[in-house]
Amino acid sequence: MSKIHVNTTVNGDEVDFLCDPRETLLDCLRDKLQLTGSKEGCGTGDCGACSVVLDGRLVCACLVLGVEAEGKTVDTVEGIAKGQDLHPLQEKFIKYAALQCGICTPGILVATKNLLERSPNPTETEVRYWLAGNLCRCTGYDKIIRAIMDTAAEMREAG
Amino acid sequence: MALDDTKTKDFKFVGTRPERPDGVDKVTGRAKFGADMTAPGMLHGAILRSPHAHARILSIDTSKAEALKGVKAVVTRADFSTNPTFGPGLTGEPWNVLENVMAGEKALYDGHAVAAVAATSALIARDALKLIDVTYEVLDHVTDVDKAMAEGAPVIREGAADKSVPAGMHPNVVRYHDSGHGDVEAGFAEADLVLENSFKTEATHQGYIEPHACLGSLGNDGKGELWCTTQGHWYAQKMCAALLGLETSQLRVTASEIGGGFGGKTTVFIEPVALALSRKANKPVKIVMSRSEVFRATGPTASTSMDIKIGMKKDGTITAASGVFRLQGGAFPGAPCEFTAMCAFAPYALENVHQIGYDVMSNRPKQAAYRAPGSPMAAFAVESVIDDLCKELGLDPIDVRLKNASHKGTKASFGPRFDDIGLVETLEAAKAHEHYNTPLKEGQGRGISCGFWFNHGGETAVSLALSEDGTAQISVGTPDIGGSRASMALMAAEELGIPYEHIRCTVADTATLGYNEISHGSRVTYASGLATIKAAKDAVNKLCKRAAQKWGIPEDAVKWEDGCAVPSGANAGDFDPLPLAKITANMGATGGPIVGHFEATPEGAGVSFATHIVDAEVDHETGKTKIVRYTVVQDAGKAIHPTYVEGQFQGGAAQGIGWALNEEYIYGDDGRLQNAGFLDYRIPLASDLPMIDTVIVEVANPGHPYGVRGVGETSICPPLAAIANAVSAAAGVRMRELPMSPPRIVAALKAAQDG
Repeated sequence: MSKIHVNTTVNGDEVDFLCDPRETLLDCLRDKLQLTGSKEGCGTGDCGACSVVLDGRLVCACLVLGVEAEGKTVDTVEGIAKGQDLHPLQEKFIKYAALQCGICTPGILVATKNLLERSPNPTETEVRYWLAGNLCRCTGYDKIIRAIMDTAAEMREAG
Repeated sequence: MALDDTKTKDFKFVGTRPERPDGVDKVTGRAKFGADMTAPGMLHGAILRSPHAHARILSIDTSKAEALKGVKAVVTRADFSTNPTFGPGLTGEPWNVLENVMAGEKALYDGHAVAAVAATSALIARDALKLIDVTYEVLDHVTDVDKAMAEGAPVIREGAADKSVPAGMHPNVVRYHDSGHGDVEAGFAEADLVLENSFKTEATHQGYIEPHACLGSLGNDGKGELWCTTQGHWYAQKMCAALLGLETSQLRVTASEIGGGFGGKTTVFIEPVALALSRKANKPVKIVMSRSEVFRATGPTASTSMDIKIGMKKDGTITAASGVFRLQGGAFPGAPCEFTAMCAFAPYALENVHQIGYDVMSNRPKQAAYRAPGSPMAAFAVESVIDDLCKELGLDPIDVRLKNASHKGTKASFGPRFDDIGLVETLEAAKAHEHYNTPLKEGQGRGISCGFWFNHGGETAVSLALSEDGTAQISVGTPDIGGSRASMALMAAEELGIPYEHIRCTVADTATLGYNEISHGSRVTYASGLATIKAAKDAVNKLCKRAAQKWGIPEDAVKWEDGCAVPSGANAGDFDPLPLAKITANMGATGGPIVGHFEATPEGAGVSFATHIVDAEVDHETGKTKIVRYTVVQDAGKAIHPTYVEGQFQGGAAQGIGWALNEEYIYGDDGRLQNAGFLDYRIPLASDLPMIDTVIVEVANPGHPYGVRGVGETSICPPLAAIANAVSAAAGVRMRELPMSPPRIVAALKAAQDG
């Protein structure tokens, strides 16, 4: 099958790749752009480990075709830190031990950053339902939720 | 194993909560997990799996697949070794693993691998699978444990039973366990109330979010490299070598970061296949499982069917207890029936106890360990009956458990006498906890349960090398499945007396250290921790020797304090403390590199106990349950990094909630798994759970220098029972089958109503 040339913007950089029309955005990010921070946990949109932001909208990269990224912007976990400065969410996740194995962490960070941009003062219930599409098998979510609530409070204070 | 050099107080580093050393890697996407590795010239592998639960493989025609452009190799069972060049031939568990990795004469379950392809892209490999023509003769199948033991059930494999099985049992019963002490019949006769009931639990999956993934490279010279997500890369090395007829040492295995295991990554599935494909294609081959493959072909727990009988006096004293535990472990021997039986009554000091376990084969995937394998199901059955006894006799469930609790010196239900244990302490902490003393709201039920797990030591090797600048690097052989690098660095810091941040802990490959057993049995903080402490002590002895040389005094006149060599007493001489970095700065000239080692099989892993308190609500109309409050109280021996200990407590509880309420393998009449995805196999979501409170009890384990007990597994032992007790109380009917999914609860409520 002939391949399609896709031009897109990932984490602010203009990039291009050739992909089979059957390949997902996740396949393209991981295999063609070597951005392996986004993970495939299920391939069916149930686990959220591949969460990325496509033109401002939180999506599962495994449910988007690579060719759909044409002309759009994609934000992944690799773009959350600015240079060597971690985002407050990243710092709090380490501080609170909000990860054990760390496989769900990229997706949860991408999803949560998107939430806080929309809703800087979420309730615990809002956070829990926003993350209902991001499975974590290790932590029972307790420390994840605490890290997020603390980050949100700190970011509000910092204005 | 009593230790003469224990330290149980005045810690400087142990017990603090520093940030984990691999934290930045894991929040930036930099950490490399199983599927994140590539190699030049790499091919992609894919595996063809049986759609039948039980079928004879009459023929496999791979010619069309081989002819597809881009396909570089196709393998079937014929490409694996049944008679390795090195070793006595494949028998026992290695043969079972081979049979599971690639089917031989029969496909034994839906999802059983029958052939594999390597191609230049993952898409071509997937397309090629469709071109492989397998002719099956479909056979009768069985997936239920009770049915698999019954007369007339299809035989999975004739002659698989070992000598423990009594004569006259169905050939699917392959192992038998019988233990206990006293006279249970006499004990039941002494009781004021005897209750007897049957329970069932469905198989669940460990549910790690990272599917199995590996990258293998093997040449026709028998030399290979393997990168894989695993809980034990030495086991992977040994098993792959056996299955491929290689010399073990010629295969170097590197463990990737591991995206969850919980017991399910303690064996090999795709790794030998990738290596076989690589050998045939002469190129590196990567295989990544899909989620559906993970569900269909890897790791579920055993499903169970259990009968429990317990007698109690009016004052709460248990007079006798007996249990029969039937475990279905898939199409291979190995369901942990002895663990189920041995753990069942371990929390209680019983004069009369008897337990029987059956390991039964059926047409399901080969069961793999899952967090305290076998124990949670036993606790569910036993603690449910104890709960009913307490209710009928009007007794407080914690008081009754305290009255019967095992303690130091108790002859355990499984034989030996307990050393220092902390069950009573967990019960007392639970009783005093604000949770237990808070009144329930209307419609809520509260459940409590105890749980027990053995914990494990195992073969362990650690090296600790000092650098010229006075920093240290630890090489451990146990993959870090939940923050163990931090715990190792804390223990090394404690011994060396240098800051935590000056220590880097690396999970070494198989070429770097001696054999390290799998990260299982809650053994990492215990055994690798013990080995890290001993390796650090070995390095400290060498540092003291250098100081003695420098000072011109005997070695035994030098001791180590706060990161410095100092004279051991006034008579030893008057020298200024010599800091570690001063000794290492010129170690090349004073005798060479300083490295501490420890290699052993520590056997002092202390058993551990927990008590959980759960409040639940049940919607009587829909059968939906909600866990409204959860408290874990567990003995950690000594919490090296308390935050990660809490994390293990919470994670075990959350997995237990899933097992109790929703998770189950659902098989159709055709023997096919009906819910091989996270949409239909529902693990707990953030929106399902409350915060999970934790209480760390510390009763030192005499078998570890700092008193550590493993904590990873015990946390999943009480939840099934504690939740069943809470839900049964809230629903007003006793739930005896897991999961307590909405349809089961509605059915139970209706049955109670219909009376």
